[in-house]
Amino acid sequence: MISLRNVSKYYRVRGGTHAVFEDISLDIQRGEKVGILGRNGAGKSTLIRLISGSESPSRGSIERTMSVSWPLALTSAFQGSLTGVDNIHFIARVYGVDAGEIIPYVQSFSELGYYLDEPVKSYSSGMRARLAFALSMAVEFECFLIDEVISVGDARFHDRCAHELFERRGDRAMVIVSHEPHFIQKHCDRVCVLVDGRLVKFDNADLALAFYEESIRLARTDAA
Amino acid sequence: MASARIQRRIVGALLLRELLTRFGRHNIGFLWLFAEPMLFTLGVLGIWTLYHTNRTPFPLTAFCLSGYATVLLWRNTIGRCGNAVEPNRALMHHRNVKVIDLFLARIVLEISGASVSFVVLLVIFMLMGAIAPPDDVIKMIVAWGMLAWFSASMALIVGPLATLSEPFERFWHVFAYLFLPASGAFFAVAMLSPHLQSIALWVPTVSCAELLREGLFGPSIGARYDLYYVAVVNLALMIPGLLLTRHIQVTVEGE
Repeated sequence: MISLRNVSKYYRVRGGTHAVFEDISLDIQRGEKVGILGRNGAGKSTLIRLISGSESPSRGSIERTMSVSWPLALTSAFQGSLTGVDNIHFIARVYGVDAGEIIPYVQSFSELGYYLDEPVKSYSSGMRARLAFALSMAVEFECFLIDEVISVGDARFHDRCAHELFERRGDRAMVIVSHEPHFIQKHCDRVCVLVDGRLVKFDNADLALAFYEESIRLARTDAA
Repeated sequence: MASARIQRRIVGALLLRELLTRFGRHNIGFLWLFAEPMLFTLGVLGIWTLYHTNRTPFPLTAFCLSGYATVLLWRNTIGRCGNAVEPNRALMHHRNVKVIDLFLARIVLEISGASVSFVVLLVIFMLMGAIAPPDDVIKMIVAWGMLAWFSASMALIVGPLATLSEPFERFWHVFAYLFLPASGAFFAVAMLSPHLQSIALWVPTVSCAELLREGLFGPSIGARYDLYYVAVVNLALMIPGLLLTRHIQVTVEGE
């Protein structure tokens, strides 16, 4: 289980502190798929980083009793001047897995061919995303964190990603954050909406969606 | 302890990652580790032989080589931590990779590099007959260890401060150059006036260089050092260094 208890996150900004969100609590059970909807800037990526543990909360606690991935398909989790293969070696060492075992999988799944021996900074964003996705599938986790809809490569690659994630790893827990409701609606058991620094939880995805769309409409009228 | 095992694994992974960019795949960087102190020693030897002006009471080759080795040890270890965070920021998306690990990996790498370089060059010059075998290797190892500890503690102060402020990183490079003549690498305390001698011993690197030379040339050179003082300074630097590193961990997040 992953358990967030009264978590708040503040960032220091010019002239004080800015609260990204305050007093959020959330439990993610083994195998459960939780969707988190929020508009741009609502704090979705910050929340994902807190759950992944690469950042710590300003207040509150986060407990993890299952292994949690880094944010999936995150293209910036690499060292740019190293080659693809060097990065695979690095991540294998960091997560304590055998690089020799995962390289063939990453090679075949990412379809990067000889580009794997080139520095990652020379990759296009699509290539980087393919490497990132293949690598995060090569290391096994009990909970996958997915930041935004996986828009990796072309439609065929996209389908293969969905197959790897939701069919072959359908038994794992997942936390999916997005501003786009359809993907979340399709894959999640439970949907929360992140709005104005609060996390509003719903058991019913349709209700969550209606609430989310209403919050967007309200924000628009506020602006107008 | 599980967390100690994880940290060892992370530092190991970072060490190999740093090796690749520090020395590259073409071994030029690795060769430079030996070429730089060797060229320096040969260069000074050439100039001083030309002008017949060895102002030191020591065999010149051994004096230059050991002096420059101490400079390489502290300069590289401290300097390389100034830019440890920025190129590795992305790697901190992985939960177990912490700022302290980035610093530790560079500290271990630079200390190892400077040590290997010194030992290899010492052996080469000894085999050529240009340097006499050391009088007391244990003293040399103690001196080297104390200087490495000093370098690591300083690195944990300079690293975080340089990460927080770019002007500080530039300032540090200038300061390192200005500090060079005072570091004890190119003078022996016995060469100074009594007044300057007591001032020189306030500088921790001077004690280390003195002990290193005593190990190399023997007790007859009248080396002066105060290891307790160096240990106290090292400890006094290490504690704020660790605190600064912890502070940095929080501030580098959230990009």
